Amino acid sequence: MATESTTDFTLDTAAALAADEEGAIEGKSPWLLAWRRLRRNYVAIGFFFLFVAIVVLCLCAPLYANHVAHTGPNTGHLGETFTRNGKQVPVVSKGGFDASGQFHAGGIPIGPQLWHAGGRYVFGADDQGRDVAVRLLYGGLNSLLVGIGSAIICTLFAIIFALLAGYFGGKTDWVISRGFDLIWAFPVLLLAIALGTALSINGFHHFGINIQSGSLWIPILVISIVLIPYVGRPLRGQILSLREKEFIEAATAQGASSWRVMLSELLPNIASSILVFFTLIIATNILTEAGLSFLGAGVQPPNPSWGTMIADGQDRIATAPWLTIIPGIMIVLTVLSLNVFGDGLRDALDPRAKVRMDA
Amino acid sequence: MIPFIIRRLIGAILVLIAVSFITYLIFIKIPGGDPAFRIAGRTATAQNIADIREKLRLNDPFYDQYWAMMKSLFSGSLVSYSSQLNVVDQIKAGIPATFSLCIGAAIIWLFFGILVGIIAAMTAGRWPDSAITTLALIGISLPVFWLGLIARYLFAEGHPFSFLPDGGYVPFTSNPWQWFVHLLMPWWVLAILFIGFYGRVMRSNILDTINEDFVRTAKAKGLPYRRVMVKHVLRNSLIPIVTLFGLDFAAVIGGSAILTETVFDLKGVGWYAAQAVQDLDLPPIMGVTIYATFFIVLFSVIVDVLYAYLDPRIRPT
Repeated sequence: MATESTTDFTLDTAAALAADEEGAIEGKSPWLLAWRRLRRNYVAIGFFFLFVAIVVLCLCAPLYANHVAHTGPNTGHLGETFTRNGKQVPVVSKGGFDASGQFHAGGIPIGPQLWHAGGRYVFGADDQGRDVAVRLLYGGLNSLLVGIGSAIICTLFAIIFALLAGYFGGKTDWVISRGFDLIWAFPVLLLAIALGTALSINGFHHFGINIQSGSLWIPILVISIVLIPYVGRPLRGQILSLREKEFIEAATAQGASSWRVMLSELLPNIASSILVFFTLIIATNILTEAGLSFLGAGVQPPNPSWGTMIADGQDRIATAPWLTIIPGIMIVLTVLSLNVFGDGLRDALDPRAKVRMDA
Repeated sequence: MIPFIIRRLIGAILVLIAVSFITYLIFIKIPGGDPAFRIAGRTATAQNIADIREKLRLNDPFYDQYWAMMKSLFSGSLVSYSSQLNVVDQIKAGIPATFSLCIGAAIIWLFFGILVGIIAAMTAGRWPDSAITTLALIGISLPVFWLGLIARYLFAEGHPFSFLPDGGYVPFTSNPWQWFVHLLMPWWVLAILFIGFYGRVMRSNILDTINEDFVRTAKAKGLPYRRVMVKHVLRNSLIPIVTLFGLDFAAVIGGSAILTETVFDLKGVGWYAAQAVQDLDLPPIMGVTIYATFFIVLFSVIVDVLYAYLDPRIRPT
């Protein structure tokens, strides 16, 4: 393995060497080497497919709602009944005494039916008679949308700020770094709560941007702003050290413009870190969204998300534990799959990387 | 050393001023509509709104508004509009519960995080390492409030394996044993995530340090294994943990414990903020945000000074 050498040999130099010899080292680009290492990591690949499966399942939410469960995510079925094994069963129990004289408290929703009710109430109903399985898929769609959407925005801004700060240095760097420090000084969750609550009252109506108060854009933007320094700071550090390397000097000497150096010299060299950060920050974002929604400052009801479903279910945990347990398991599976895959990706891209999430 | 501390403190004060200005922007400027109306919350009367407009000087230029907001916060006259209770008093009332929770959890996560990390590093590649690494990954993937709800469901009174009280906080001064029993579950729930995280960091720190030249030198000159491990490897692996711990502890005290406090009904500072979110009551959130940043900034100064003390290389001249 070439990476065993004791000199400062990194993937960058590998790329430079490969480019110098113009295909002499055929098929050994750093990305291909990384892919070969990743391919051998069956656990990481397995969890990647788990994540893909969860995403595909959630994307099928409308299909499931229309063709299997025959109900929408926000449609309540209080006081209605459904057929199970030819018998009529109330969706939410009425309470009172049964045939044997046993007393039952009212208002308890039906538990998971799996396939005994012909696809309806597979994971039971909540206390408004809504189908938990349908809400789980739609909620997953929202949670994933917020997680991935805010990861894209957060990473994009972090890259721009890191490039500007690291490349230009001086005053630009000072301003951007102090900006990072400021956001960093706030506790993540509390800043997100403050922004989320302030924005959920009236929405955002400045600079020609209009966001309504119940919009999904609010949690997406709030989470991405709050987490920018967590990605931006380490990237800036990498750019600062890359900036002193010879190939940047060579590019500048050849008359490359600042833009060219930033976009086609510096950016490709931090691409592997960006990829790892992106994977891990989706996981962090999904957890943050769940926490925010749990407290009421994230996705706004009646819109489902895994966090709001847990918040809705917590009061019923003694009589209807599935309302809390099932969305939680979905969060854990999603976040775990991203964390395992992110770890594998990092090990594959740079076995000696220092990329680490501090969140 | 003294000039460094002074410079760091001045920087911290500047950060606090900037942070308070951002808080002002978040609560007064960013949302559309009339801030007085919004701050007054859902249960406000016309008189409340007129009072707020007067007190926060919302008809004056923004610097006057900012100054008025800061004055009401620091003179302790900021009042919640949904409960009419004084915000600063409420925060003070929540501090014992928050500190009890955070200090206890911090002791657990620091001890077990380091221990687990050492075991994993010492057995790297064998089964205890794989088991610990897997558990740590699961630990950092758990939503803390969900873990809390499940723990309550399983172990609290009236549930399947009930042997612990179900939520609530008992002050240490009134009954130390009940204080301990009530906090046992919240401590562990809050600590689990950090044990996973610190275990991972500790493991990779040790594995990095073991390959350093000075460790090889120590082994080569014939020092006993135990001595090399404790004096050379462990000591150096712990330095990054100090930074991490300082910042995490401040973050937990300053609001990251909000979810744990909410789930277990511990009436601490975070719980207070969470209640305010339910009522869209802005003054308490504003107060708690400033309180929390105060802790984070203070702790980052302490960490920097401690770090400079531990590692002379970064001590500025």
